[in-house]
Amino acid sequence: MQAYLKLDHIDKTFTRGSATTEVLKDINLTIEKGEYVSIIGHSGCGKSTLLNIVAGLTGATNGGVLLENREVNAPGPDRAVVFQNHSLLPWLTVYENVKLGVDKVFARTKSRTERDAWVMHNLSLVQMAHAKDKRPSEISGGMKQRVGIARALAMEPKVLLLDEPFGALDALTRAHLQDSVMALHQKLGNTILMITHDVDEAVLLSDRIVMMTNGPSARIGEVLEVPLARPRKRLELATNPGYLKCRQRVLEFLYERHSFVEAA
Amino acid sequence: MRGPSFDHGDFHSMSMPAMKTEVSAVAIPQATAAAPIVTMTPKRAPRADTYAKIAKETAARVVPPLIVIALLLVVWELICRRAGSSLPPPSKVFKDTRELILDPFFDNGGIDKGLFWHLSASLQRVAYGYSLAAIVGIGLGTLVGQSVWAMRGLDPLFQVLRTIPPLAWLPLSLAAFRDGQPSAIFVIFITSVWPIIINTAVGIRNIPQDYRNVAAVVQLNPLEFFTKIMIPAAAPYMFTGLRIGIGLSWLAIVAAEMLIGGVGIGFFIWDAWNSSHISEIILALFYVGIIGFVLDRLIAGLGKVVTRGTAAN
Ligand SMILES: Nc1ncnc2c1ncn2[C@@H]1O[C@H](COP(=O)(O)OP(=O)(O)O)[C@@H](O)[C@H]1O
Ligand SMILES: [Mg+2]
Repeated sequence: MQAYLKLDHIDKTFTRGSATTEVLKDINLTIEKGEYVSIIGHSGCGKSTLLNIVAGLTGATNGGVLLENREVNAPGPDRAVVFQNHSLLPWLTVYENVKLGVDKVFARTKSRTERDAWVMHNLSLVQMAHAKDKRPSEISGGMKQRVGIARALAMEPKVLLLDEPFGALDALTRAHLQDSVMALHQKLGNTILMITHDVDEAVLLSDRIVMMTNGPSARIGEVLEVPLARPRKRLELATNPGYLKCRQRVLEFLYERHSFVEAA
Repeated sequence: MRGPSFDHGDFHSMSMPAMKTEVSAVAIPQATAAAPIVTMTPKRAPRADTYAKIAKETAARVVPPLIVIALLLVVWELICRRAGSSLPPPSKVFKDTRELILDPFFDNGGIDKGLFWHLSASLQRVAYGYSLAAIVGIGLGTLVGQSVWAMRGLDPLFQVLRTIPPLAWLPLSLAAFRDGQPSAIFVIFITSVWPIIINTAVGIRNIPQDYRNVAAVVQLNPLEFFTKIMIPAAAPYMFTGLRIGIGLSWLAIVAAEMLIGGVGIGFFIWDAWNSSHISEIILALFYVGIIGFVLDRLIAGLGKVVTRGTAAN
């Protein structure tokens, strides 16, 4: 397998005063170019921590991240993140939020008019061009998340990192956005690493599903290939035996072998 | 557009048929076809009605304080009209200060100037001292809010220094600057800088980690991070500090000017006291109050404009 993004023997231990918690233990994962990989696991197992390590926002205690065989240990636009709670800057308009990243990334390579066109192009990709002058407080949660996706896409990242991007949305909006992301992946061929706790979402979107055991010291318990042809249609999949089998595998992992134990 | 009286249009339409005819007459045609109940677009209020409403609201705000002021003036007049009263009644205040009120721009040289010149001299000192305090306060506040070590080192110092009364700084600054003007400006500065520092620091410390993450992914440099993230994110806190600061500045300038002399509303008051012109003191206090109020509103208004997008999310 051609390694595009490689998580190499990652451990993560948090130290707070004298208390130390080992959150992640020996995480190894290789992702191909253009692949869509989901990480699924119970709440608190360390999914966000792992994504933040890939993003460079948190340092790994041991091990590291390789992107195209080069170690990355600081944040950068080559690994753009779509955050769970959209994280748009409330004092900027939709357009300005996307522009912030574009201006930095393409400061030398694109002219002012090209950057403007590029911002609008990316807003159009997520169907948000019409709201370019609105502020985040004036648009719905789903729209904010779309803008968050446009902001990340506009940086032309090598890897797109999504941290439970649809977690805070209602079911209908979520389905709508999942379809959008699927279409974008189809069209642009991005490499995507997504965190989720939704089994259907993981199976619908992913090429591979990485299942994490419960923390502390969470490991990768199992990796499941999703052998479903693309483009995938939500309605047709509902009765597809391959889909149901994958779904079953993930459910078994999460609810039988590694069922969630509420910490006391 | 939407008149409050029609907010429950569907309710009216059921209970009061007469109302319904009136309402549907002004409804937008194509919307009526789609959903008759939701389309009861309210009739636009006639212009005269709108003006009447505005006038009514203004009156509701202006009339009560006017009544209170009138009552207070009457009571004051009654109390101070007796012969031998130590303070003049309002009628006498007005009579004594008529010339000062009507001609605030005269200038006979020295400190014999109209009230406009005294007030503008005081405002100028405040402008210098306060601007300096705003720049230094936001700078230091950012440092203390951003760096744990700066906070550990500086915060205890700030907590002690900020309790020193403004006028206690005056002799020291006179000794240092050997001149009234810079000393007064320094007193303004040192009085108003603390709330600006402390509130800015709190604002910076409260910047959500999310915004920092966004800045890190986009790779903003420190200067861009300061102007594009820190300033707007902390602006509501900064303006709280700036607003407290302007109030303190105005409090301090009057006191400081009493001691340093020269042109300025503080010394004008002191001079009037020395010449037993009690009416002039009262007039000056009135102006001081009004200007303090306006300064406060100015900063509050500026804050509102600047933090438009930041507050709600
Ligand atoms: N900065 C931190 N300091 C200490 N512990 C942390 C920190 N961030 C996360 N943790 C702990 O690490 C564990 C995993 O957190 P997280 O990665 O957010 O989980 P998930 O995203 O899977 O819900 C949790 O138990 C959390 O308390
Ligand atoms: Mg998480």
